[in-house]
Amino acid sequence: MSQTETEQSKTEQSLEREFQARVDAEEKIEPKDWMPEAYRKTLIRQISQHAHSEVVGMQPEGNWITRAPSLRRKAVLLAKVQDEAGHGLYLYSAAETLGISREELLEALHQGKAKYSSIFNYPTLSWADIGAVGWLVDGAAIVNQVALQRTSFGPYARAMVRICKEESFHQRQGYEIMLALSRGSAAQKAMAQDALNRFWWPSLMMFGPNDDHSPNSAQSMKWKIKRKSNDQLRQEFIDQTVPQIEVLGLELPDPELRWNEERGHYDFGPIDWDEFFQVIKGNGPCNRQRLQHHIRAQREGEWVCEAVRAYENKKRGRKAA
Amino acid sequence: MNKDAIAEYATRLGDDALVLGHRLSEWCSNGPFLEEDIATINTALDFIGRARMFLSYAAELEGAGRSEDDLAYTRDCREFKNLLIHELPRGDFAFTTVRQFLVDASNVLFFEALCESSDPQLAAIAAKSVKECRYHLRRSHDWLLRLGDGTEESRRRCQDALDDLWGYTDELFAMDALEQALLDAGVAVDRVALKERWLPLVSAAIDEATLQLPALPALPGGGREGIHTEHLGHLLAELQFVQRAYPGLQW
Ligand SMILES: [Fe+2]
Ligand SMILES: [Fe+2]
Repeated sequence: MSQTETEQSKTEQSLEREFQARVDAEEKIEPKDWMPEAYRKTLIRQISQHAHSEVVGMQPEGNWITRAPSLRRKAVLLAKVQDEAGHGLYLYSAAETLGISREELLEALHQGKAKYSSIFNYPTLSWADIGAVGWLVDGAAIVNQVALQRTSFGPYARAMVRICKEESFHQRQGYEIMLALSRGSAAQKAMAQDALNRFWWPSLMMFGPNDDHSPNSAQSMKWKIKRKSNDQLRQEFIDQTVPQIEVLGLELPDPELRWNEERGHYDFGPIDWDEFFQVIKGNGPCNRQRLQHHIRAQREGEWVCEAVRAYENKKRGRKAA
Repeated sequence: MNKDAIAEYATRLGDDALVLGHRLSEWCSNGPFLEEDIATINTALDFIGRARMFLSYAAELEGAGRSEDDLAYTRDCREFKNLLIHELPRGDFAFTTVRQFLVDASNVLFFEALCESSDPQLAAIAAKSVKECRYHLRRSHDWLLRLGDGTEESRRRCQDALDDLWGYTDELFAMDALEQALLDAGVAVDRVALKERWLPLVSAAIDEATLQLPALPALPGGGREGIHTEHLGHLLAELQFVQRAYPGLQW
């Protein structure tokens, strides 16, 4: 190693120590601050995955906008999906502060390199599914995101604060749909039960693999990108949701769900991780459909973007002349 | 003025807003880019909100215990009274933009005039709507310029849309006996008078967008009598699906 290289790696080491000290002291890391390359990469992966989830999630919910059963429900669902699009936009901006463009992020999505939440690869088959998605999926997202409000990267933490407020609104609206159904006719109640049964397990999978199968978690916890482990967050979600199922008067979707006095938590049955990994690999019920939909919309919009560029160029040309 | 006539008038205006709001909502997750998805959903929300105000007022005047949802979800095609231009399928982004521009321009003038209605409820809905319409028109006007004066392809798409839509615009300015009677009573808007202001406004924008004002005849229309295009039935099949499959329930 040459003299300068040694010095460089020394500086690198001391920078890294400084960085970790700041993280340990709960200081926020800002885009212009020095950060380890792996920290930057991890954040880009996580924030873009989050942004893609917001955007792809518009599809299963948008699936019911034109069929919402009342004008009030239609307006509320439209507003919710609009919020999700806004979250996507906000998160893409947060990712862009790390030196990557939205085009690159979308390209990675379309090539299947970037992921989005596995839950959106399940179909919304009935109106009750829209209730279940708001209640369970937004509910799970909140548990995750409340923890992320304290994440070490400033722009991401601030995005989470803003987004969480809207997510809890969504969660309440989803629950309200489920409440109306579970107090309605037998057919409505059955519809609610069916939606709960289908969305329960995929919602638990949203928190990711068990801690002992989550290879990147330890480093993310050390960097305080992640503040709680997958299993901790999953347990929190279960503990808060089971009493809500009881209020709805629906049957528990897992016969092994039982309060454990000793642990102070609900016990639950085994999660089908084979299913989870199949969905992650692209073999869920809707993976291809979701991706193709997003690619088609972008392709169909290309001429619009070209027109905008051409118009702006002409306008600039006219001004200069 | 006779309540039934005002109820019918409110239903017409409610149906216009509901049907176009539905078409706009079909753009969700299908827009050319995320910002545009957000803006289109926003416009759809304005239209659905307006539909709710008009239809709940119509139901209230009717006094038969029906709600906005009964009107939206249990009437068949022949009972829908929207103008045909609102129900045409969403088409491509050029079609949606051009329709929006033509309708927004007419809506601004219409709702400005309706603010003066002797019916306080209609005037109140108009006052809220006119602000939204001005914003919608600014947006659709800007898009018309960008797409008309953009690329070869975007101009061709816009001109095709304009030609396809033009024949439906006449109906925006047609009066029938009911609206004439309501106009005489100071309740309704004189649509015929709007056209004189709409045409120059629209022609100027079409010209600025380097498009050709179509020299095409008016199409028959018929929306106010419930004579629709074939498209409305499919729209209602989707809109009303849940209420039709599970009638008479609360959601
Ligand atoms: Fe969201
Ligand atoms: Fe949400």
